[in-house]
Amino acid sequence: MGGMAGQRPLLMWVVNLSVVILVLLWTIPTFGLFVSSFRDADQLSVSGWWTALTATERNQIVRAPAPEEQAEIDGQFVIAGNVFGNETGGTVLMFGHNSRAPQAYSVGETAELKNGITLTIEADGSYRIVAPEQMTGKRGQRIFFTATEPPRFTTANYQEVLFSEGIAKSFINTLTVTIPATVIPILIAAYAAYALAWMTFPGRAILLATVVGLLVVPLQMSLIPLLRLYTDIGIGKSYIGIWLAHTGFGLPLAIYLLRNYIRGLPKEIIESAKVDGASDFDIFRKIVLPLSFPALASFAIFQFLWVWNDLLVATVFLGNNEDQLVMTGRLRELLGSRGGNWEVLTAGAFVSIFVPLIVFFALQRYLVRGLLAGSVK
Amino acid sequence: MTSLSLKDVAKSYGTIEVLRDINLEIDKGELIVFVGPSGCGKSTLLRMIAGLETITGGTLQIDGDRMNDVPPAQRGIAMVFQTYALYPHMTVRDNMAFGMKIAKKPQVEIDEAVSNAARILQLEPYLDRLPKALSGGQRQRVAIGRAIVRDPKVFLFDEPLSNLDAALRVATRIEIAQLKESMPDSTMIYVTHDQVEAMTLASRIVVLNAGNIEQVGAPLDLYQRPANTFVAQFIGSPAMNMIDATVSASGEKTVVLTSDGGTAAVPVASRAEDEGKAVKLGVRPEDLVVTEGDDYLVSAKVEIVEALGENTVLYLEPRKEADALIAKLPGIHKIAKGTELRLNATSEKLHLFDESGRSFHYR
Repeated sequence: MGGMAGQRPLLMWVVNLSVVILVLLWTIPTFGLFVSSFRDADQLSVSGWWTALTATERNQIVRAPAPEEQAEIDGQFVIAGNVFGNETGGTVLMFGHNSRAPQAYSVGETAELKNGITLTIEADGSYRIVAPEQMTGKRGQRIFFTATEPPRFTTANYQEVLFSEGIAKSFINTLTVTIPATVIPILIAAYAAYALAWMTFPGRAILLATVVGLLVVPLQMSLIPLLRLYTDIGIGKSYIGIWLAHTGFGLPLAIYLLRNYIRGLPKEIIESAKVDGASDFDIFRKIVLPLSFPALASFAIFQFLWVWNDLLVATVFLGNNEDQLVMTGRLRELLGSRGGNWEVLTAGAFVSIFVPLIVFFALQRYLVRGLLAGSVK
Repeated sequence: MTSLSLKDVAKSYGTIEVLRDINLEIDKGELIVFVGPSGCGKSTLLRMIAGLETITGGTLQIDGDRMNDVPPAQRGIAMVFQTYALYPHMTVRDNMAFGMKIAKKPQVEIDEAVSNAARILQLEPYLDRLPKALSGGQRQRVAIGRAIVRDPKVFLFDEPLSNLDAALRVATRIEIAQLKESMPDSTMIYVTHDQVEAMTLASRIVVLNAGNIEQVGAPLDLYQRPANTFVAQFIGSPAMNMIDATVSASGEKTVVLTSDGGTAAVPVASRAEDEGKAVKLGVRPEDLVVTEGDDYLVSAKVEIVEALGENTVLYLEPRKEADALIAKLPGIHKIAKGTELRLNATSEKLHLFDESGRSFHYR
């Protein structure tokens, strides 16, 4: 008895722990992406997102004003300023005056430059260059320093990707592809699924077997033939083409899922509606469709996510121009052209997963219900 | 006036024949109960009348019109299913109005029909609820209400009480009986495997077995004059005892000698050629009485005693038969296991069946 009572909670703990670990594994990267996309570009390039809330240590270079700005104070010539410019915050730790030894001096020490010129920097970033004689030259002194900066968050990354990298346009393009490519297959599949589930007609079994067979055909096989067909009949690379392609690729799964769900609806309800005088179309519209909402929502999520994240089909059936480039394609281009600019990539990536996240969270309760429906009866 | 008639109706799935030679005339206002064991075809027959199964042979007429190939909605029938078959996403009101809305009846007419049905079934407080917010009995009432709203020529009930618990089943059974009384002109066909429902509700019972009609008749006729051993054993609980016997004298009364050495004079006529033939002597458990005298039907040892208070059920093992014999004695009896008992019954309560199982009354 004691052993039995002790084992159950242990098992529960293992299950709960596994769930927690899985959830963490899946959400941490997303969260990291989210945090990174709001960080300052310079900070993002030197430290990971998990340090986002702590100060960042960074080596920087500023150039002091040119010698003509010097002021004569008490017989000495002085150039003063702050390494952080007008910005506040940051603490200087070390500094130097040439690139071979950027950390030669600690804060508060006095660096000896040539000709008796000295450079001092305080922790708050204010510096003084003092020379016994008038300084000459056109360019200001370079100051190398290592400073810690407080964390900086900004929406500038999003402004950049949305308004100057063309992602906003691609976002619209992706929506233009995704919404019809989700709605059209559902409309067709729901009708087909009802017919395959509840109407008797010759060849129904073969038709159903064909649909199941098509489930296992890889879509890559049909990309080129389809594109050639499109070119021949004048559709070419266009939105209509990609809608039709996604519809075709999505239909077997849609019909199969929905047919199984609709077949699982109680037979008596359908018969009762028939006795009540409902035609097949009435039954479909007034009984089957409302009751199939969980299944429709499940498939809508699948299809939406798949089309939204698709790169391959879009690459084949859409052009590479401003009017047709989708999000995934744009992000791929950014990876090439701005591969080092993490702030652009993270913000772009987050823009691209934002909509799927909304769709998923809005419909996920139907996803769970829709998939379980029919399994227990 | 005939409301529904079945002529030589048959049903087969490919080569498998599940119903054959079904002939039945149902008058307007009757409540006919189809009863029979599982798989006898009673539900199939009902679904054929409803139009949910095709009729593969014979003719179905409703109010004189051939209905074999008419779609369900145009047959003038309404069906109440065992599982209620309510539309789960519609309120009670919409469930009941569905048929009329499909038929595009005016809203005033729909409202009137729905509120009328709701009043009859006391569903008025629940009209705006969804089926999931109702109890089983209420759901079945909604299903019945949906049928009433359709104002059909024939109501079809397919085991409507099977999904209810025992107490609710009795209550709903009485409600259906009252409903029938309040609608004396409507014809109803009711399928059940529960003989209590059959006996209490029916104006006539149709006993089906293995795709055949065994007997059609009023409930008590079936109990008192079963046409064959199947009906005899199906109606009544516990089932009628069958005792092997041989005819020893024929005439106005038939005298038989039981395999146990008892004799009985059954008040049913027989012919001279029956003499010496093996027959079955049927006697209901509740008709058996314990006797001390030499006049007995069977003599047997008590195997099991079930004392129920209201009555005492004895399971006896006759010496020369395989089938156990059951006796149901009224009241409380102190009878020990293993006691040798002689049992008798008044001759009016005896039934006699020939070798093929047919009753001598119906020869």
